[in-house]
Amino acid sequence: MRISLLPCALLLTAITLRAAAQPGELTPQQAARYQALVSELRCLVCQNQSIADSNAPLAADLREQVRSQILAGRSDEAIRDYVTARYGDFVLYRPPFKPSTWMLWVGPFLLLAAALAFTLRFVRRSPRASAAPVDPNRLQRLLDEESK
Amino acid sequence: MIPELGHFAMLAALAVALIQFVVPFVGAWKREPRWMAVGASAAQTQFVLILIAYACLTWAFVERDWSVVYVAANAHSQLPLMYRISAVWGAHEGSMLLWMLMLTGWGAAVSVFSRSLPREVQAQVLAVMGALCVGFLLFMLLTSNPFERHFPVPEDGRDLNPLLQDPGLIVHPPLLYMGYVGFSVAFAFAIAALIGGRLDAAWARWTRPWTTSAWLFLTLGITLGSWWAYHELGWGGWWFWDPVENASFLPWLVGTALIHSLAVSEKRGLLKSWTVLLAILAFALSLLGTFLVRSGILVSVHAFATDPARGVFILAFLGVVLGVAFALYAWRAQRFVADGELALFSREGLLLLNNVFLVIAAAAVLIGTLYPLIVDALGLGKISVGPPYFNAVFLPLTAPLVVLIGLASVIGWKRANAADALRRLRWPALIAFVGGLALPWLIQQKLLLISVGGSMLALWTMIMALEEPWRRWRTRGLGGLTQISRSVWGMTLAHLGIGIWVLGVSFVSLYSIERDVRLGPGQATELAGYRFELERIEHFAGPNYDADRAIVTVTHNDEPIAELYPQRRLYRAQGSVMTEASVDHNPLRDLYVALAEPLDNGEWAMRVYVKPMMRLVWFGGVLMALGGALAASDRRYRLARMLREKAPIPGGVTA
Amino acid sequence: MRLRYLLPAAVLVVLIVLFAFGLQHDPRAVPSPLIGKPAPDFSLRVVGADTPFTRDDLLGRPLLVNFWASWCVACRVEHPLLMELARQGVEIVGIDYKDTDAEGLRWLQRHGNPYRHVVADTQGTAGLDWGVYGVPETFVLDAKGIIVHKHIGPLDEDAWRSTIAPLLAGTQG
Repeated sequence: MRISLLPCALLLTAITLRAAAQPGELTPQQAARYQALVSELRCLVCQNQSIADSNAPLAADLREQVRSQILAGRSDEAIRDYVTARYGDFVLYRPPFKPSTWMLWVGPFLLLAAALAFTLRFVRRSPRASAAPVDPNRLQRLLDEESK
Repeated sequence: MIPELGHFAMLAALAVALIQFVVPFVGAWKREPRWMAVGASAAQTQFVLILIAYACLTWAFVERDWSVVYVAANAHSQLPLMYRISAVWGAHEGSMLLWMLMLTGWGAAVSVFSRSLPREVQAQVLAVMGALCVGFLLFMLLTSNPFERHFPVPEDGRDLNPLLQDPGLIVHPPLLYMGYVGFSVAFAFAIAALIGGRLDAAWARWTRPWTTSAWLFLTLGITLGSWWAYHELGWGGWWFWDPVENASFLPWLVGTALIHSLAVSEKRGLLKSWTVLLAILAFALSLLGTFLVRSGILVSVHAFATDPARGVFILAFLGVVLGVAFALYAWRAQRFVADGELALFSREGLLLLNNVFLVIAAAAVLIGTLYPLIVDALGLGKISVGPPYFNAVFLPLTAPLVVLIGLASVIGWKRANAADALRRLRWPALIAFVGGLALPWLIQQKLLLISVGGSMLALWTMIMALEEPWRRWRTRGLGGLTQISRSVWGMTLAHLGIGIWVLGVSFVSLYSIERDVRLGPGQATELAGYRFELERIEHFAGPNYDADRAIVTVTHNDEPIAELYPQRRLYRAQGSVMTEASVDHNPLRDLYVALAEPLDNGEWAMRVYVKPMMRLVWFGGVLMALGGALAASDRRYRLARMLREKAPIPGGVTA
Repeated sequence: MRLRYLLPAAVLVVLIVLFAFGLQHDPRAVPSPLIGKPAPDFSLRVVGADTPFTRDDLLGRPLLVNFWASWCVACRVEHPLLMELARQGVEIVGIDYKDTDAEGLRWLQRHGNPYRHVVADTQGTAGLDWGVYGVPETFVLDAKGIIVHKHIGPLDEDAWRSTIAPLLAGTQG
């Protein structure tokens, strides 16, 4: 299978420990922020994993950057800006909310609203069963007249 | 010799496919019974020919014929026999042959099991499938021939990708392809209906078992793929919203909508043109999946080796097949007239809503998958759309759907009785509400909004799924249960499966814990009350790899729970390294250990996970598939019963 | 004919156009957000010496900045072309990425040195700031130090002739 996955298979297995090397330095809250951030950033080397899962050296560098920036007190958004300023929006697994991605975020819900509205209209327009039951006497009279 | 035989068999199959395409179509048009009958024999002949071709390729792998390019690229002298056999579908060319085998297999099955169909319909269905065979065979013979030879013959093969040397590989692709390809039958029925201009309850009844069967295989295939990735990739993840995973999920979502829409069309003669559209869409998404995997236009873990020529061919094929199908739809679908009234508060109304949510969810997944391409095409830069997006969008779109599932059995056909329905819902709703709060608290001692919501929905679905059988048992005892048809049992099981799935997903997504640790022999770590101790590391040689195996004992309050054996393997042929995770599982939790790499002082870097209710995710999937199997084998589809029920009309065509 | 029946066919046409576009583009190429912006600052030193080298040393004339490493296999592929360009008088500044001075110098000795200056980025900090995610990568800078182009992967004749040479020529002075 000549896929680009193979070199990454080499990297898939090993998990660098620099992230966990000094666990005592991150508070639980910071650790949670760290985990969330590193799983949302794409590793550009393999491109199919987040930097949390990848063992590419670049991923390790970026994880270290995230960690030291969290310790330095920077906000999540500032850290994301730091990475996108260098690598572009491609590195974010959560696409940013900007004009070019409005349709992405809002589109499905607009479609849902439109579909529900259409369905309602379709149901209202569907042929109604007749409300009044047929009077058997009248039916018999009509049939008698017909056969005359 | 044998590979050439295989190649020749494919060429012969192409000729037969052409006959299967043209002759029955003309026969149906001109009402020539003998020409129409050609469809069945052509379908069966084609299956035999492709089976021969497939056997030849398998033989080449088993006998290690390195002169065949594909074999040399995907096997090795030390590759164990079972992987040599499964390596046949390990890469592009061989997996296309597997696809063909499935396609001709379904075609042969249709030719055998549809004798009660009117001859023109059977002829048209087989002709459409013949057309599809022509397209795929041309694709293979022109761009992806698995029997190509090369000289000089190499000393040894390059070995199968180690990621694929796993039992999961043996079952996942065949099941997945059975599903993908199976939707071609529904597609063929839809085209036949459009051409014939007639769509009635009988058409829906013919189409349903084929569609449900394809759906259940796809369900199994996706479930297995998830299970395999979990064990094989070492990250403890089970779904990545990877483009190729999405490509298999899309036909599943639309296929689910289709089996429900078919129920409405069969029972009430409504939503006919919508059902036909769904049947076309389900297979269209299968074809789209084929294109996405093999063309290289999206970044994905699963993508096969890319080659522009192949991408162009598949795109052209997609364009022709779907172009014709949608053009036919635009032209002919308006003829289908509804047989009655559709009220929103009725079972058909709920099923229509079910369809809306499923199709919009599918649209959302499609938009997310293709959006990077769209943005790039419009010159707006390059973005990624990953799990954070899909999870954020998919959840709100499908949560209402899960509520609706619970209402399935209490809302009747035509017009539902609100009072009756509410009476039957009261207790289940209450139990689900309370249980949804209690369950996360009892098991995890931590209440999270989404886990509570998920638990409530899951319990609601499970209780309501069992409500019908329970009611019948209460009122009529065991006899009441035996009276329930297989279709209804199928629905019960499948809906129960979804409930279990939702429960599993809620817990595993929110309450999983992982830790990266560094352990030497004799050292231990604690996670969620479990103690993981590394006893020692052993070294051993496998058939085509050398491995380091760790022995990790897990205890809980000093009670021994499990012994785990994670491995790190070096595959000799390609020199690639793989991790084999080791898992101890029961329905309530998975204990997962994966080796990372050795460190300097005899210590090893490892990852340890505790994942609550992970198994329920796959168990739910299996239950759904079982439900589908039950439903598809319902008596009313079976040939003999149908023939017995009908008085034979001399010279007439059955309706 | 009711228009809504044509909708699926219309969507198909749009998708096919989209896919036709997709087949001609590499989904893995990551465009740089630094194009059109000033080259990021750095303070490194010359390989094998203590002489500092900063971004300011890149100003005043258009040049190429090439990230390479002795452990990088693909760098050997583009090396002959770089040697040729150097012979023609193109100024190339080489940044030795995540390498040691000794290995880097040995590699240049064995294969030839096309670089007017060789700078050591042993930790990869400059690489991080320049958005490097693999080697080799080549940046084209104008005289004012603005990045006007980034080439990912080994440099080839086509890219030089069609894109980079014109850029260098057009930004003289």
